[in-house]
Amino acid sequence: MNFEIPNFLPAVPEMFVLGMACLILVIDAFLPDSRRDVTYGLVQATLVAAAGLTLWMMGPETVLTFSDTFVKDPMADILKVAVYVTSFLVFLYARPYLMERGIHKGEFYVLGLFAVLGMMIMISGHNLLTLYLGLELLSLSSYALVAFWRDNSRATEAAMKYFVLGALASGLLLYGMSMIYGMTGSLDIAVIAAELVAADESMNVPLVFGLVFLVVAIAFKLGAVPFHMWVPDVYDGAPTAVTLFIATAPKIAAFAFLMRLLVEGMGPLHADWQGMLIILAVLSLAVGNVIAIAQTSIKRMLAYSTIAHIGFLFMGILAGTDSGYASAMFYVIVYAITAAGGFGMIVFLSRKGYEADQIDDFKGLAKRNPWFAFIMLLLLFSMAGVPPTVGFYAKLAVIQAAVGAELVWLAIVAVIFSIIGAFYYLRVVKMMFFDDPQEGAEEPVQPSGALAAALSINGLAVLLLGIFPGLLLSLTHYAIIG
Amino acid sequence: MITLEHYLVLAALLFSISVAGIFLNRKNVIVLLMCIELMMLAVNINFIAFSFFLQDLAGQVFVFFILTVAAAEAAIGLAILVLLFRNRGTINVQDMDAMKG
Repeated sequence: MNFEIPNFLPAVPEMFVLGMACLILVIDAFLPDSRRDVTYGLVQATLVAAAGLTLWMMGPETVLTFSDTFVKDPMADILKVAVYVTSFLVFLYARPYLMERGIHKGEFYVLGLFAVLGMMIMISGHNLLTLYLGLELLSLSSYALVAFWRDNSRATEAAMKYFVLGALASGLLLYGMSMIYGMTGSLDIAVIAAELVAADESMNVPLVFGLVFLVVAIAFKLGAVPFHMWVPDVYDGAPTAVTLFIATAPKIAAFAFLMRLLVEGMGPLHADWQGMLIILAVLSLAVGNVIAIAQTSIKRMLAYSTIAHIGFLFMGILAGTDSGYASAMFYVIVYAITAAGGFGMIVFLSRKGYEADQIDDFKGLAKRNPWFAFIMLLLLFSMAGVPPTVGFYAKLAVIQAAVGAELVWLAIVAVIFSIIGAFYYLRVVKMMFFDDPQEGAEEPVQPSGALAAALSINGLAVLLLGIFPGLLLSLTHYAIIG
Repeated sequence: MITLEHYLVLAALLFSISVAGIFLNRKNVIVLLMCIELMMLAVNINFIAFSFFLQDLAGQVFVFFILTVAAAEAAIGLAILVLLFRNRGTINVQDMDAMKG
């Protein structure tokens, strides 16, 4: 038996992030509490350097390595860069929040970096085993992150709910994977796809049985209705800095996971999973948009809005065409950037001992700070899909994909529910511009430091990407179609 | 003769018991953790059985990874449980209702 040295080159960004995460963990253990900024700086530098490495190695070819368990293709490169950018923003927004609450610990950044590594492996997984390990690395880091504010009873409860339902989803995923393995005899995504094409009728029932488990597990992880129960509780209970993290970058990784597993691996069963995704998409759009109206907490409102966005994401994927996948990829990147800004605004308005997590806290923001009221307006318009923000093009692209797949009724349902959804976004806009500030909160908001600057850039990026959507659209096209 | 079907039925039964346990249990969070563990082991039986009958080692390698991840998962679950007990003084599932809506 001969052993070949694998080609390490495609996985250099992963190895770099892993090495740095271990190194930072050790360095952080020797730092006094007053020097946590060193950890923060190192983590941000790691993300920037990893982005540099990924961009440097970017190429149009698909490279498989480590016995075909790891893949580097244009989609992986672009999604990884999107993960770095959103994680960078998240850490930047989170820092003042953590400092004001006395929980500015190195664990937050190190766990965050391990979660980023998990996402990178999910994006590049080309084998059921690597996909599973990447997902678990992300999930385990996220559970710990949610629980990391140890004295906070709500955060602990949220962590427990997240943990139990996340572990349940992992179990379902594994069961589905074991059925697929048993029927096709391989863990390799490409071999599975080839076996499925050759499969005869008698294997159809167990295969679809396994597929159902996979789809349910993915729906759990993404928070699609009817597997969404944990999303509002976790988003609401977790410290806002952590909500910021779990609501943004992991969705990009989950999209890649969905693409690798369902599209690349189970592609020949498209007809079977399309129906399941249609049900999940319609339910998510309906429940997400309708229940969001009834919320008084802005964190819960954004949680239900996430559920609705997942419905749109599914719409792009279930179309089953290359332009559909490209539109879903565009949608998820736009969602991550917009959600980072939205939760960043909550962090921005929060002060020590005061969480701006009620919708009423946004009342009269235009009188307290007109510029940031405008930034929030851009972010909310983008979530609602109002032109000329980028959210409009994202929604347009997935709806076009659904129409292209002859699912006109689904496109109409999506449009109706996004109109219903526009109500609760615009209600916040109305409160910011036409209502008076709440008593005791009339003083102007003082923008401070890097958070204010990054938030402004984030809000303006949503506008600029909307005015010039061509760049990001052609990038996603290049990633999927080549 | 024990065939593949026997193993699959056993695994499916164990898996169903663990899922039912997660949804029916209203008392103790530790029971939830036990159900999660049982679920992973049920999947392992599936993988090992397939691996044996397919004469393919990959399934057994997967089981080792599942065992390792399950151990890490249990560690995190128990850590969260300790926090929950310290903050609340109870690990009753029904008391986890601070958030609604």
